[in-house]
Amino acid sequence: MNPIFAILAGVTVGAAVAAMALRNLVHSVLCLTVSLVGLALLYLRLGAEFAGFVQILVYVGAVAILIMFAVLLTRGGEAPPGRIANAPWSGLAVAAAVFAMIAWAIARSPALRGMAKDPAQPPLSVKAIGDKLTGDLVLPLQVVALLLTAALVGGVVIAMSEKETE
Amino acid sequence: MIGIGIAKGLVQTARNLLGTYTDKDRLPTIEYPEERQALTEATRQFPFLVHDGDDPAKGLRCVACQICEKECPPKCIYIVKSRDKRVDYKGQMQFYPATFDIDYSVCMSCQICVEVCPFESIKMDTEFEFSTADRFRGLLFDKHRLAKSDAHYHRIHPTDAAESDAVMAAERAKAEAKAKADAEAKAKAAAAKLAPTPAASPEAQMEAPKPGSDTPTMPM
Amino acid sequence: MASLDQIFVALKDWLVAFVPVALQPLAGALLSIVAIMAVFPGIFALTTVVERKLLARFQNRPGPNRVGIPLTKIRLAGFGQFAADGIKSLTKEDIVPRNADRIVHFVAPFVLVAPAFLSLSVVPVGRNMAALDFRETGLLFFFAVGAATELSVFMAGWSSRNKYSLLGAMRGIAQMLSYELPLILSSLVVVMMAGTLSLATIAERQSGVQWGVVHSWHVFTPWGFAGFLIFLTAACAESNRTPFDLPEAESELVAGYFTEYSGFKFALFFLGEYLGMFAISGVAITLFLGGWNAPFTFLDWVPSWMWFFGKLVGFILFFIWLRATLPRLRVDQLMDLAWKFMLPMSLVNLVVAGVWHLAASWPHLLRWPLCVAILALPYWLLSRGFQTRFKTRTYRFAEESRPAPATAAAGP
Repeated sequence: MNPIFAILAGVTVGAAVAAMALRNLVHSVLCLTVSLVGLALLYLRLGAEFAGFVQILVYVGAVAILIMFAVLLTRGGEAPPGRIANAPWSGLAVAAAVFAMIAWAIARSPALRGMAKDPAQPPLSVKAIGDKLTGDLVLPLQVVALLLTAALVGGVVIAMSEKETE
Repeated sequence: MIGIGIAKGLVQTARNLLGTYTDKDRLPTIEYPEERQALTEATRQFPFLVHDGDDPAKGLRCVACQICEKECPPKCIYIVKSRDKRVDYKGQMQFYPATFDIDYSVCMSCQICVEVCPFESIKMDTEFEFSTADRFRGLLFDKHRLAKSDAHYHRIHPTDAAESDAVMAAERAKAEAKAKADAEAKAKAAAAKLAPTPAASPEAQMEAPKPGSDTPTMPM
Repeated sequence: MASLDQIFVALKDWLVAFVPVALQPLAGALLSIVAIMAVFPGIFALTTVVERKLLARFQNRPGPNRVGIPLTKIRLAGFGQFAADGIKSLTKEDIVPRNADRIVHFVAPFVLVAPAFLSLSVVPVGRNMAALDFRETGLLFFFAVGAATELSVFMAGWSSRNKYSLLGAMRGIAQMLSYELPLILSSLVVVMMAGTLSLATIAERQSGVQWGVVHSWHVFTPWGFAGFLIFLTAACAESNRTPFDLPEAESELVAGYFTEYSGFKFALFFLGEYLGMFAISGVAITLFLGGWNAPFTFLDWVPSWMWFFGKLVGFILFFIWLRATLPRLRVDQLMDLAWKFMLPMSLVNLVVAGVWHLAASWPHLLRWPLCVAILALPYWLLSRGFQTRFKTRTYRFAEESRPAPATAAAGP
């Protein structure tokens, strides 16, 4: 196994485990961020520049900060002493199910077979991604946009109603 | 429209920036150790002791009356009166300070000592650079360091010094007149009774402050 | 002159040729890193002195002009100041609050400085002079790496266990997230027009000639000019410079998120902020001001890296000038400006860029007024809205505490 891949994978998995295990919620979020950065670096190792940088931009720059805000605005960062999860087995079952689904999807992916055929394939250009997004995948893109807009409007509505009751 | 105010502000500050290179009014800073502001005549920093003549040991005007020591609000003056007496400027026998210390680190430059002094002997100096590594000894000024000549006083505060001179001249004239009158009276009495009266000097000393307090020495 | 233009590239090639072939890529990368780590902190050191001197001049003071070479009378007009500051910050005690989260507190400054250096490495500082050239994703790399700044600000603010730090961090994150949007949207215009995300290519694209002698910088187009102004404002906010220095408003929050930092870590924050400013200025230069291109064709003989650094110095001086001029915004004004003015304007600018692209065959006399009109109308409307909003200033708490005679008379 490639040593760089091993290091990156170790950091990613280790940070993910730490994010689960640490009691301090903010520490958990920071470890999750490390894990996300590790994932982005793995993408870069695979030559997927665009995916890697978008991963950092979206997950580190926005999602991690969003979780952080949520943690800070809801309650104290310290978890109560004692066991946090009452039913760890249900969590494990969900994790296993998610893993099985992703593994199945990856195993079925035509990209995997294509890569096996041609290892010296040039990295996907941003232009190709753009063409794909505004061509074949324009409907899913618009659906996602609609969803985000709905979320945005919902956020505004919540904020406005708070102001009225003041 | 947004942005016009910003542009105006930028022009204003740019004029200020460039003005500092051409216009002296826009850069009024005086860089102290190299450049100095000319002191005004009203400058007052710390008290010093005036002496007449060249020898500070002999010419000190102070008579160790200790009024300033008692009046000093932070109690920074320390005086020890001499055991013997010597002749003052009016020709009378007076005490003189055996020790006269002012702790400049305590002094607050209120110049109450100057105002209460009946002998025009303690005045305010314009010297202010007393920085020292020795906080205790370095700022405790004894009478040798405090004594400065009348000429120095004339140089730093000419108007006040002239007033002081006038007051002292009036005192001297009065003392001389009184001595003369006393001498005449004495002569008369001697002639009349042949009985000597004691010298009038204590009374003269008591009276001396009066004209001084009538005409204030310091223009306020 | 061509040799002078490429002198650093040639120097690097010459030095790299000394090492074995297998190690040459590594040696080249190391040389680039060394160059970046030497040049930009050097500019930072000089900037601290120049900024203090200029701010002083703006305020009718001479500013620092004493520190020169020690033990001599040579004063260097105060330019020894940065060495004194550096020695001071290196030798100062490093204080960590007892309740602080030690690891996060320790890591935060490095999380700020490392991305700052990384984002500087994609900026093309001259012809063929970008340390890292992502042909596909250069600009994306810059924004992705810049995202770590927010994380660092949060880590510093949260780990200090100090209300000022946390307030500063919250303000900082809110501000950076809000202004990232107009920043990215305004640079998107350039990506649209240039058709690439590579910063080096974008810089090269601007070496064309228009109007006879002028290089075709993006700023000389309606969308480029508007985009440049939006980018400049957002860049000012992203790098926490006055008038957007709310996260570290010293009159309100001591020093914001790095209140609890001292000594070398404080210096690292300082360095990180300035490096971020240089990086974002460098990107602004590359996107809008022609990168390393000269403004006029007859000035092409000046080496390209000189043009880049000259423009960078211009940016630094302009930021200092702004700092000396504008007062700090209030938090609500800051958010209003970002969401209600700059975001709509950058969206309008995207439309303008599209129109400009579609009207490429039109005569200039038609294309220019159309685009300017599309930009000017929303600008006028939005700024009118702002002016009616901020015309009268009410002092709520001062007014409420005062008994109002009118309401007393109209009482029950």
